[in-house]
Amino acid sequence: MVTKEYIRTELKQVKDPEIPTISIVDLGIVTGVDISEENDIHVTLTPTFAGCPALRLMEDMVIDHLSSYDNLGKITVETSFETTWTTDLISEEGHAAIKKHGLAPPMRNCSAISIEMLESTKCPYCDSEDTSMKSPFGPTLCRSLHYCNSCKQAFEGFKPV
Amino acid sequence: MNSIDALKELLYKIADDQLIIGHRNSEWNGLGPILEEDIAFSSMAQDKMGQSEHIYNLLNQLGEKDADTVAFTRNAPQFHNCQFVELPIGGYDFSLLRHFLFDFAELLRFENLKDSSYQPLALVAKKFHGEIKYHTMHANTWVYQLGNGTEESHLKMQTALNEHWNTALGIFEPGPAEDILINEKISMGEKALQKKWLEVVVPLLEKSNLKVPAESTWEPVYGGRYGTHSENLQPLLTEMTEVFIIDPTADW
Repeated sequence: MVTKEYIRTELKQVKDPEIPTISIVDLGIVTGVDISEENDIHVTLTPTFAGCPALRLMEDMVIDHLSSYDNLGKITVETSFETTWTTDLISEEGHAAIKKHGLAPPMRNCSAISIEMLESTKCPYCDSEDTSMKSPFGPTLCRSLHYCNSCKQAFEGFKPV
Repeated sequence: MNSIDALKELLYKIADDQLIIGHRNSEWNGLGPILEEDIAFSSMAQDKMGQSEHIYNLLNQLGEKDADTVAFTRNAPQFHNCQFVELPIGGYDFSLLRHFLFDFAELLRFENLKDSSYQPLALVAKKFHGEIKYHTMHANTWVYQLGNGTEESHLKMQTALNEHWNTALGIFEPGPAEDILINEKISMGEKALQKKWLEVVVPLLEKSNLKVPAESTWEPVYGGRYGTHSENLQPLLTEMTEVFIIDPTADW
């Protein structure tokens, strides 16, 4: 029998196109999975950033991936703001995957974020907190720019939102 | 005017403001005074344009044409943005000050709309609010540094503020159905928004050693919300829609 858990496990193979170490499930954007009696699957995603250019690409990736299973019916994907995505929805496994990609994982409790907090983002290379933020805007909408004063390495952080 | 028309009016002005300021911000791409600012303005442009698309989608659900058609096929008199956002980027002093004044207005607008009785709008407002926080943090950091910086940087910021304050006040031009929006708890209305905005930006500007012009001299530049624009909007639209006009089916 096809269960929601089964689908969610399968979707762990679909990776964020900009950070290929993290799955869309661990990123926290899969907010709903509905299964009909005919095994038609309806997946609901929530956008990370309203202007994220990878949004439609990820919808297509979900359809492509699930369409390769013979035991599943029609696959549909919808993007909805019903659940507001925040970086607090990223799983622990997701944090490890972000770090593996060389990015500092976002601090928890994103609702109370301030510039001062971002100033001491932990370096993903040496774990030092003696870092400075160079800019809250980086090469993609979800990243900020930092410099580690301990290992003298520039790095990017996944911004808490 | 019924409540659906009032709601559409509100959505159009929000989305048009974002689309136009987004385009203006994108003009800093490659021109920023330092690389980080180049990236910052380009990122904010991407945020604004993405947000405008979601608001145009809400309008589409209410029976208006799809987002691309609405964004790319209207002429200046059909746009509801305030004149403040259509002004050319000028120098970095003006662009930064506009970014500060406009983004605080947006932050407060979406903070209020998070509680809108129109649920689809409340949901996107909640999302946008978290993103715009980064815009206001960025704006305030720079305005503070330049306002309190050298004599030259201070003078440039104060001059930009003096010259553009009245146009900035045009953000809060009342729409044709403020009473409906307020009574139906769709939004708090432009008058209340302006009051909140003043309570936030005036003290921040003071901390940055910048003085808002005396209230007796305030003459808000209105008209944008009703399709009256400066000579700057049409050339912007012509440039922005160039590819779409050549080939409406182009994909990229």
